[in-house]
Amino acid sequence: MIRLYRRLLYLYPTSFRVEYGGEMCALFAERSAGASALGKVGLLLGAVADVVTNAAAVHWDLLIQDLRYTVRSLNHARAFAAAAIAVIAIGVGANTAAFSVADFVLLRPLPFPEPNALVRLCWGPRTGGGWGCMNQLSPANYRDYKQMTSSFQVLGAFYGNAVNLVGAGDPRRLAMTGVTSEVFPLLGVPPALGRVFDSGLGADAREVILSYGLWQSQFGGDPRVLGRRVNLNGVPYEVIGVTPPTFHFPNREVQVWTHLVLRAEDYANRNDNYLEGVGRLKPGVTMEQARADLGVVAERLARDYPETNEDAGFSFFSMRDSMSPRYRLMLLALCGASLCILLLTCANLANLLLARAGARERELAVRAALGAGKERLVRQMVTESLTLALAGGIAGLGLAAAAVPLLSRLVPSTLPVASHPTLDLRVLAVAAGFAALTGLGFGLIPALRVGGRAGWSGLREGARSGGGQKQRLRNVLVGVEVAASVVLLISSGLLIRAVWRIQSVDPGFVPGRVITLKTALPRPKYDLTQRRLQFYDRVLTDVRALPGVQSAAYISGLPMVMTGRITGVVIPGREVSATFRNDVVSIRYVTSQYFRTMGIPLLRGRDVESGDIAGRAPVAVVSESFARQFWPNEDPLGRTFVCREETRTVVGIVGDVKVRGLERANEPQLYVSAGQVPDTTFMNDDPKDLVIRYAGITGTLLPAVRRIVAAADPEQPISDVRTMEDVVAGETATRRAQLRVLGALAAIALLLSGIGVYGLLAYTVSQRSREIGVRLALGAEPAGVARMIVSQGMKLALVGIVPGVLTAYAAARGMRALLFGVDPADPATILGAVTLVVIMTLAGSLVPALRAVRLNPMLALRVE
Amino acid sequence: MKATLDTMDVTALLPLPPATFHILLALAAGDRHGYGIIQDVETRTDGVLRLSPGTLYRTIQRLLEQGLIVEPKRRPDPLDDPRRRYYRITPYGTAAARAESRRLTHLVRLAKGVGFLTPEPT
Repeated sequence: MIRLYRRLLYLYPTSFRVEYGGEMCALFAERSAGASALGKVGLLLGAVADVVTNAAAVHWDLLIQDLRYTVRSLNHARAFAAAAIAVIAIGVGANTAAFSVADFVLLRPLPFPEPNALVRLCWGPRTGGGWGCMNQLSPANYRDYKQMTSSFQVLGAFYGNAVNLVGAGDPRRLAMTGVTSEVFPLLGVPPALGRVFDSGLGADAREVILSYGLWQSQFGGDPRVLGRRVNLNGVPYEVIGVTPPTFHFPNREVQVWTHLVLRAEDYANRNDNYLEGVGRLKPGVTMEQARADLGVVAERLARDYPETNEDAGFSFFSMRDSMSPRYRLMLLALCGASLCILLLTCANLANLLLARAGARERELAVRAALGAGKERLVRQMVTESLTLALAGGIAGLGLAAAAVPLLSRLVPSTLPVASHPTLDLRVLAVAAGFAALTGLGFGLIPALRVGGRAGWSGLREGARSGGGQKQRLRNVLVGVEVAASVVLLISSGLLIRAVWRIQSVDPGFVPGRVITLKTALPRPKYDLTQRRLQFYDRVLTDVRALPGVQSAAYISGLPMVMTGRITGVVIPGREVSATFRNDVVSIRYVTSQYFRTMGIPLLRGRDVESGDIAGRAPVAVVSESFARQFWPNEDPLGRTFVCREETRTVVGIVGDVKVRGLERANEPQLYVSAGQVPDTTFMNDDPKDLVIRYAGITGTLLPAVRRIVAAADPEQPISDVRTMEDVVAGETATRRAQLRVLGALAAIALLLSGIGVYGLLAYTVSQRSREIGVRLALGAEPAGVARMIVSQGMKLALVGIVPGVLTAYAAARGMRALLFGVDPADPATILGAVTLVVIMTLAGSLVPALRAVRLNPMLALRVE
Repeated sequence: MKATLDTMDVTALLPLPPATFHILLALAAGDRHGYGIIQDVETRTDGVLRLSPGTLYRTIQRLLEQGLIVEPKRRPDPLDDPRRRYYRITPYGTAAARAESRRLTHLVRLAKGVGFLTPEPT
């Protein structure tokens, strides 16, 4: 029983237990001696309550005491406290921000029930390759996959589109998605208001579900919106539901969902590809099993429909992976950079604390001599570290909260998630973890070292605190700092070069002085090509007449904005299959003046003209690579080819354009006259992007264009107003956002390691002041002393530079896909980074070297 | 440190927690060890207040830190169990106990003034 009580006393702080434990045990023994068995149990229970409450009180007293002491001592070392808190804040802030974005994009389950079973299904090349949706499915192929596979619990389909919303405020252009009735139930998110689409209703039930955001912005969050009619593309739809605020599908841009009902006639053309599949796997079915299952169906379809499906396969991926692999790599690079910063801040903090512990060795020795136990001293120092960690952690969390929205560009818009993460408990826990790691982990090491050694030696006057071992540890820590900053500098340098290289790619057009806006004409109002042409003619005629406008044209999709829309072509007399693996070209419908407006050189022949309308001979303007690919060494003008069941004659050759963007390979381009679009063409092929080349200032241009569009059709909204320069800049926006972050981290790293070098050398000089004084007194050259200090600094830098360069090379090889052909061992970048580090080291050693040189030998010796 | 505490104004310590006051009362008559204090407090209060070991030693630790009591160098009974530790009230401790007594007397006087101490009429 007494043993049990003794155990219980371990709840007290060691100092208290050592002091009073024996007495308390004796007291307890005295009391329990005469008690009955039942009385003993009561005594023990009472003792438990007594010990627990009093031990807590004693701990609390100690904490208050230590906190008071901490505040007092930090108040005396304000510079140290500020530096330590800032260092922890940077480490915690950078890592918390990087973690929260990486977690949000890469790790966190999507906001749907059992999200791992959610998959996407598209058409794709038989050979696989690429990421995401390679090409859309035709309804017939979708139906066959749905019927012939057994891996899916449910499979639904959707297609993306944009609609004009009229009748609720200004006309607005919205991203819309048509979904089959399976889609909402399989995603598993119930609507916030109303209901979802009912499979029993036919195509005539025109129903729409609104996003929460649209409901708030356009309908003021009015719950009576259910049952209201809204006008989409000139057709009334009944609002039947509103999604919850966190719901996004298939991406965060989509604001309205309509009911997609496939009719018998939709299945007729196996080449009419516009659907994407979304499904939920049956429980227990893996991605691989499902892929094998789909592969069997693809084989069978290729056999049954060789003319359309021979070379076709499918692209099948988890909904979690609906993003370019570049984002993953960018985020991993960001996390790597943050970890570098963490390493650096830890090293920096450890150095700071070691220096402080060294400076306080005498104070601690005095306290130990006055009877403070080792446990009390360690406890005191841990309290100090924890206080610093807490303050630094809170500041770091603030930094992270400010930084996360800046990182939203690194969240791919193709994922069904919000634009950036919010700081939640999970992130808070991570921040606390990082703070504890830096503050406590690196505060504890010096505390234990000092606590273990505090003895009489520290009391001796002028004792040189710390031995060679501690000095070596500090050297290594500074080396680590230098290495981390070299890694960051080289990585950012390589990425800067990559961005430069991308920016210097010729887009094939001249983006300056071109503005663009979208007027997408709604169906069925503009079902007829003739009606659309009237609208274009009227707008273009009036815009071209505006002062300052040099030319204007319409196109079905701007380069770098609409990257897809490809088609197969057949060249008479050329034995190539026209499936989409071979001989695919990008197709655009344009009005006259498009090439002139965009600054695309017309190399030979003529532009599309307003006379090229239905009924006249179908014409085509092709790009240089088109001509080169199909008629090598021949004159392409006047040649004919078949595309979309129409024989066209080449009338002009233009320069190539980077349709898919600066970083990607491009198909040859084909331009067809907007006047020769069949009535039945899919809406994506309608010319809708207006491009205007202007001279002078644009201030009055845009309002004038708005008036012209409103005059042509008052219900027609205008959207996506921007300059072509913005479009081109958008190509590198994600990279530049990443680069800004990396660059900032690299700058911080450089600064921190500079401070590290400075701190260490300054400390050395102060520790060796006597030795240096003797040297100077004995006639040593001041220059020699300065050289000694600087060379010590350079040695530190060298210790860091070599492993830093090697690590950076390994890291750069890992992110080669981001480098756009820049060599991971690019000598200029490495040289630049090393030069920066050397300059930083020199700057860091300058002040300590000067201090050493200016040391007065007499004073230095007299201090002793 | 204690030398400066002696000259400090004891009113800063007031009011004393009941356990502290009782321990000082117990030590007023002479040096005692922990168990002796518990017994003394118990008899003095007719068994109403029984200090638990935890409360006792926590309070003792604080009293030592505040300089209200000390551990005397010489033990009253040299033959006693050497593990037992004795405690002695300091002049500063006496001053604090006196101040607390004055504070309580003043309170009692106030209570009497409004008739709280006369028996309730039945």
